[in-house]
Amino acid sequence: MAEFPILSLLIFMPLIGAGFILAIRGDEEVVAQNARNVALWTSAVTFILSLFLWNGFDQSTADFQFIEKYEWMPSFGISYHLGLDGISVLFVLLTTLLTPICILASWTSIKDRVKEYMISFLILETMMIGMFSALDIMIFYIFFEAVLIPMFLIIGVWGGKRRVYAAFKLFLYTLLGSVLMLLAIFVMYANAGTTDMTVLLTHAFPAEIQPWLWLAFFASFAVKVPMWPVHTWLPDAHVEAPTAGSVILAGVLLKFGGYGFLRFSLPMMPLASADFAPLIYALSIIAVVYTSLVALAQEDMKKLIAYSSIAHMGFVTAGTFTLTTQGIEGAIYVMLSHGVVSAALFLIVGVVYDRIHSREISDYGGLVERMPTYALFFMVFMLASIGLPGTGGFVGEILVLVGLFAVNTWVAAFCALGVILGAAYMLYLYRRVIFGKLTKESLKQIADMNRREVVIFTPLLVITLWMGIYPPAFLDFMHVSVANLIEHVQTAQAAAGMLVAVSP
Amino acid sequence: MIIKAVVFLPLFAAIIAGILAFMRHGNDSESSRRVDTMSQWITSGGLLLSAVFATLVFIDVGLNGNARTIHLFTWIDSGSFDVAWALKVDTLTAVMMIVVTYVSAMVHVYSIGYMHHDHHVPRFMCYLSLFTFFMLTLITADNLVQMFFGWEGVGLCSYLLIGFWYHKPSANAAAIKAFVVNRVGDFGFALGIFAVYMIFDTVHLDTIFATAPEKADTMLVVFGYEFHALTIACLLLFVGAMGKSAQLGLHTWLPDAMEGPTPVSALIHAATMVTAGVFMVARLSPIFEYSDLALTVVTIVGASTAIFAATIACTQNDIKRVIAYSTCSQLGYMFFALGVSAYSAGIFHLMTHGFFKALLFLGAGSVIHAMSDEQDMRKMGGIWKLIPVTYGLMWIGNLALAGIPPFAGYYSKDIVLEAAYGAHTGVGSYAFYMGLLAALLTAFYSWRLLFMTFHGSPRADEKVMAHVHESPKVILFPLMFLATGAVLSGWAGYSYFVGEGAVEFWGNSLLILDSHPALENAHHVPMLVKYAPLIVGVIGIGLAYVLYIKRPDLPGKIAASIPTIYAISFNKWYFDELYDRIFVRPAFYLGRNLWKVGDGTLIDGLGPDGISSAVRIMARRAAALQTGYLYHYAFAMLCGAVVLVSWYLFSNVG
Repeated sequence: MAEFPILSLLIFMPLIGAGFILAIRGDEEVVAQNARNVALWTSAVTFILSLFLWNGFDQSTADFQFIEKYEWMPSFGISYHLGLDGISVLFVLLTTLLTPICILASWTSIKDRVKEYMISFLILETMMIGMFSALDIMIFYIFFEAVLIPMFLIIGVWGGKRRVYAAFKLFLYTLLGSVLMLLAIFVMYANAGTTDMTVLLTHAFPAEIQPWLWLAFFASFAVKVPMWPVHTWLPDAHVEAPTAGSVILAGVLLKFGGYGFLRFSLPMMPLASADFAPLIYALSIIAVVYTSLVALAQEDMKKLIAYSSIAHMGFVTAGTFTLTTQGIEGAIYVMLSHGVVSAALFLIVGVVYDRIHSREISDYGGLVERMPTYALFFMVFMLASIGLPGTGGFVGEILVLVGLFAVNTWVAAFCALGVILGAAYMLYLYRRVIFGKLTKESLKQIADMNRREVVIFTPLLVITLWMGIYPPAFLDFMHVSVANLIEHVQTAQAAAGMLVAVSP
Repeated sequence: MIIKAVVFLPLFAAIIAGILAFMRHGNDSESSRRVDTMSQWITSGGLLLSAVFATLVFIDVGLNGNARTIHLFTWIDSGSFDVAWALKVDTLTAVMMIVVTYVSAMVHVYSIGYMHHDHHVPRFMCYLSLFTFFMLTLITADNLVQMFFGWEGVGLCSYLLIGFWYHKPSANAAAIKAFVVNRVGDFGFALGIFAVYMIFDTVHLDTIFATAPEKADTMLVVFGYEFHALTIACLLLFVGAMGKSAQLGLHTWLPDAMEGPTPVSALIHAATMVTAGVFMVARLSPIFEYSDLALTVVTIVGASTAIFAATIACTQNDIKRVIAYSTCSQLGYMFFALGVSAYSAGIFHLMTHGFFKALLFLGAGSVIHAMSDEQDMRKMGGIWKLIPVTYGLMWIGNLALAGIPPFAGYYSKDIVLEAAYGAHTGVGSYAFYMGLLAALLTAFYSWRLLFMTFHGSPRADEKVMAHVHESPKVILFPLMFLATGAVLSGWAGYSYFVGEGAVEFWGNSLLILDSHPALENAHHVPMLVKYAPLIVGVIGIGLAYVLYIKRPDLPGKIAASIPTIYAISFNKWYFDELYDRIFVRPAFYLGRNLWKVGDGTLIDGLGPDGISSAVRIMARRAAALQTGYLYHYAFAMLCGAVVLVSWYLFSNVG
């Protein structure tokens, strides 16, 4: 505990920045500019600080690291307890990477209430980092739910025409699941006598209540992922959200569900997880095939990418419950690479939206003539999205499929079908936007990406290729923690006399 | 080091050309032209150098037997799924390296002349070099996943190259079609990789080959049924090979791919990408050998494709499409050679075909260039005196294709057919007779092409005819080089590939079990079998002469007398229409309906929107409930208490 409190620093750094912005006074224009600068600097410093996690993380142990623990409500056994392991550490880095990018992406496109917008974003970052590093289930719950508030505001205030509808849809869906999760948390507390996750992770919950707990958590996580059929809030939220809102939504918020399954459902309800795995597979297959087909028919760029996100998340849920090394590591990898790639794709849409103010695919065509740099960046991220080998998208998908094939060939085959459809809808999108003759009057004077935009995209491009060509840089973080997780679950299942699947 | 140079030179050239593509300003300015020239020199130079190094590698590995693997670094490592970036070079790879780098280098040089007027020269050169790089990573893979990397990489480059003229809607459609149809094949390939991993617990080729004999009787449960493990793995992998090598069923992308510039057609179709499937099966001979069923399927698919594509080639009018279908047909030959375990014969035909088919494509490009971008043979004719060099080179290419001695195709096609005959199996005979029939058609459509293009009275308008000119040296030089290969490679390679020196030459890179003696038997077939391909070839040429020179009125009459058969051939057996009906349109139809009805009406209608409207109605009702009567409120409170108490009891029980 004498260690440097790096996680608290990361969590509160953005809040301090938000405080500064709140204190800014003066002329509207000056306030806006200062708010932008403060937000950018705060998030940049947070990112640089978070690199300490990258360097300082010990990859040889499955124990939680960077631990901080302070009593908070001792009578209930609730404490302020933080820490990271190989499953969560990279998500924190993903968050700190995407936040400054989001702020940079909102630099000119947000003109009203800039101050409030920047404050929302910094608070959002606090909540996200807190969620991933929480080691007390109450702390987790608070961060998990509180994320909704800034997100709700970002969509509801700075969104498009139907923003209020979308914001409420998001809010109601997620809230519905959360209520059940809260009930489950109470039951867990009653049963284990503590809210400390490190204890809960090793606590054996009675087999009779596991299914109920599992379903309650499932209600919350399935909405967040989102899984079919509770996915319809996502396309609406994406379409109405401002660009940076979509980026954070797709890049980080969608990972809450997958992370939750890995952190709670699998290790704490191992028996129920085995029982419900077929349900997860079925919903995942539907998600992959159904939403890929729906994506094919989309006319709105953001909606198309939103549906493709749901399909990718289908890989995550299916891979997680294979309980194989490849399946789980692949699921985490898909989340990370999707975090980068889908974020980049929403930014890509944002670039032309800022210029033409339309998301309709039919309003574009032939952009490569005037925007070659844009076409190149779009191409790389499109290819990463369809899982071309050499990009981050491939590694996760193939690992998930390897894991699935070992467990259930049908599931693997249906998920692989999604890879074909993925190629179809993304290439079709790219063709309609980028290729063809540039004939529309509104596009005749469109400008290529400026320096700020290139600065935004370059790190994402580098990471996408890095994740594709040298994945050990990322996979090495996970190995020990994932192995530990699998062993723990298998031991629990074996103790209950269940047939343990052999994991290769 | 030298092996690394062969593989990575094209990558560096591609990166530099890619950067140059962004430095081009304006269309015809002086500086743009300089950038163009620089990109052409860098990429062509890089490829020529790569070809020189590949020759050295070939001498070292192929002739002196120094097969080796260079481990670069770990790629994907998860549990026992351990994949590395590596360069594995044995004789099979060395042969492929020669074919790939030589043809690619020639295509690069040719493009300098052919793409001269284009405004996107650096981009084009970048794609070509990148394509070569991916192809080289494919053939040097020491594991299945790296092979898949190269496999999808060449697919990407073919997408980019086919759609190079992005303002043409037909080119864009063809590009997407090529990528998606290939993805269907890749779907099989990927599942095949997973099956192999299930069986062997590794995807590393050498380890797989070493343990394959032990796994010959293993069973594997796939899709709920128990299969012979190696058979199911091989069949799934073969689906991938069918996609990339445009075999029957997954061939539809290849003719459409002719939308790309001509050098692309040569590079993709002649020597490199489409042969990847053949290479894959040959590379995996140590597992295919243990599955007779898989080999049988390979033979049948190959033989059927050979005859199927040849029937279409006879009626097409686009010069490039004729050659494209011809490629499809020749790939069928290679596959049935592999299917009867005559792997070296298949690879031999792959090599000779690489030279003469690249020659034909590039020669066709030279014709198209001369005819002011006209590709329809009905609008050509009577130009052989005007472009004599191209004409002569096309003759060489067609002689090699038709298998006339001493041209390269004679040696390789003969050994392929003899091996099919020598297999002494039912499918072997099927392959032999289909191959023989296809050889007749091959000779026929080749000379039909020659006669329609070069002979007869000119059918182009005067303006075009006035422009007909021989191509510049930079175009003719690669053609001559390839022509040399088309003349000599069969004669020079025979004893190494399939003759006395074959065992020593191939070393451990191919495996043939003693129970599959087709190649051995091929050297002892009856005289008639030996000369049959030559005889049918000559008959085919004669037939074309009669129909297109002596009696040019006859083809039309024949077509009119058998309208159904003609229509089937002319419309490519209606595959495109069929696929459009059963895959493309239903996919869009489903997508639209799942979206509007599934998401819209059902999920949202019953879910959030339904609930919100229900809540609104309930709220109105609830307002009505505020009656002011005390007993109403008391009843409601009682209900609430009951719910709370029961929940409390329930959770305590839990």
